[in-house]
Amino acid sequence: MSVILETKNINKYFYEPVEFHVLKNISIRLNTGEFVSIMGKSGCGKSTLLYILSTMDTQYEGDLFIDGENMSHLDNSELARIRNEKIGFVFQFHYLLPEFSVLKNVMLPALKLGRESEAIIKAKALDKLEMLGVASQAYNKASSISGGQKQRVSIARALINDPKIIMGDEPTGNLDSKNAENVFNILKKLSVEQNMSLLIVTHDLDFANKTDRIIEMGDGVIIK
Amino acid sequence: MSGIGLILDIAVTHLTSKLKQTSIAALGVMFGIGTYIIMMSFMTGLNLLLDGLVLNRTPHVQIYNRTDPSEIQPVEKYGIYQDDVHVIHSIKPKSRLDRIHNALPLLTDLRNDIKVNGATPQTTCKVFYLAGTNNLNGIINGVEVDEEMRLFNFKEYIVEGDAHSLIKRKNSVLLGAGVAKKLSLSVGDRVQVLSTSGVTYTLNIGGIFQSGLAEVDDVQSYVNLTMAQQILGVGSNYISRIHVKLNDIDQAVPMSQTIEDLYDVKALDILTANAQFDTGSDIRTLISYAVSITLLIVAGFGIYNILNMLIYEKMDDIAILKATGFSGNDIMLIFIIQALVIGLVGGILGVSLGYGVSVIIDNIPFVTEAVPTIDTYPINYDPMFYFTGVGFAIVCTFLAGYLPALKARKIDPVDIIRGK
Repeated sequence: MSVILETKNINKYFYEPVEFHVLKNISIRLNTGEFVSIMGKSGCGKSTLLYILSTMDTQYEGDLFIDGENMSHLDNSELARIRNEKIGFVFQFHYLLPEFSVLKNVMLPALKLGRESEAIIKAKALDKLEMLGVASQAYNKASSISGGQKQRVSIARALINDPKIIMGDEPTGNLDSKNAENVFNILKKLSVEQNMSLLIVTHDLDFANKTDRIIEMGDGVIIK
Repeated sequence: MSGIGLILDIAVTHLTSKLKQTSIAALGVMFGIGTYIIMMSFMTGLNLLLDGLVLNRTPHVQIYNRTDPSEIQPVEKYGIYQDDVHVIHSIKPKSRLDRIHNALPLLTDLRNDIKVNGATPQTTCKVFYLAGTNNLNGIINGVEVDEEMRLFNFKEYIVEGDAHSLIKRKNSVLLGAGVAKKLSLSVGDRVQVLSTSGVTYTLNIGGIFQSGLAEVDDVQSYVNLTMAQQILGVGSNYISRIHVKLNDIDQAVPMSQTIEDLYDVKALDILTANAQFDTGSDIRTLISYAVSITLLIVAGFGIYNILNMLIYEKMDDIAILKATGFSGNDIMLIFIIQALVIGLVGGILGVSLGYGVSVIIDNIPFVTEAVPTIDTYPINYDPMFYFTGVGFAIVCTFLAGYLPALKARKIDPVDIIRGK
């Protein structure tokens, strides 16, 4: 079984307001096709870890490997390319660009990647929206759809470039139980059917229990 | 659609989705640039008018005889006293003629010179205007009126009557407005003048002359050159001044030097003659620039402020775009494009506003005794201001967009996300 994501001794400090050792020697490993959740109390550093893993936070010590490539020495534009091509990200709050249509929101990362023509990207985006059950909203403005729909659209956006791994920061955190269930099922389906790797930070024990593996964190270290 | 096309698309979407904000930003630029153009057009228009008042009627070189003490006194030429100290009391200037020696050949030479646009002879005579028992001091200038009109815009100062009357009738006179007012005379009336030799001449008033300078209008009148010579009782070679207009005003200094070297005359160039005026003009220009730079800086800060707001409002979008794989340079470009579009649109609107208001000012009546040649406010439509305006709008919005865009480029998306 191949390894999609691996960290070696990641340490992270916050310096404001006082120096604080937030992540201590984090070494984890995620296999291809695994659906893993990270749990832990607020402030234990799980979101911070996720931002480092997603390459968005570059202020850390240690090594991060994604798809066998060491991220620690890449510059910002190279990291942007990695995020664009290999990582799909689902946020808790930051969903979509409000000025653009739902469809355009989904298409943007693929347009940026420029691997395929606009027509193919559009067809693919509609396909993803269809899969997530929000195709009917494709031509509406992103600001005009409901929270649950937004979250599903942002999953569609995360999928558009066929990433190696999907990361989520409490993607169901502010959804009601029905929508949360829905989102979980979609993610589970991706894991099972498309052998996609998923790494989800969550507070929701029910959600976590249904994943393949739970990484539990406490005070900046992996508990189990 | 990738690369710059995509970036452009995002930038334009940002601009059009917040049309109100975009418009306000562009309006800010528009008013800044518009005001700059209006102020500059109006101020330099006024400057040019004042410059023109003097420069249009001032000859580039004036040639006349001047009475001054000889620089070399006879005793200095006397060999045996060469090494001694000379003490001479009561030096008197050498007596010289009022007229220019050999004026007609000099005039022909000047007119044949390629650097010279034209040269006009003048004969000046001092007279008294007779009005009942009063005698008014006056000066009558004999001129070649056609050349005066061609070279020195003489016609603009004839407020009543016709300058050509000097050619049609020999004893016609263009009377100074001040003189006419004092003597209650108007076009068609007659005026008697008494020459210094005691002869009285009756002249027909063919027109009224007003220069805008009271001390000139109160004494001066114009007649035909031959009439002036007749009043003086001299021949046709009696010319007291020659006014030269050059093709290039910058040649005035060397030209007057050459004339003084070649002929036994005094040649006064316009820069020396109008040194004070030049200083005034320089200072006015300086003030214009100071005001315009201030205006542009104020406009610049306004533009910066608005764009800064625009970008800070988009921080969430920046985080999303960065998280989904747009690089810092992409983000920077998006905002710089927005800034430039606002700058360009605002600049073009500003130019239109500036031009529109300039045209309106140009049509507002402005009648003044002092400047008879104009009837509306002066405006200078120098294209320079328009290019500067648009150029500044673009440079300024670029900088105003660049500084916050630079910050947007550097920021870690996680800083924005965590800030929630």
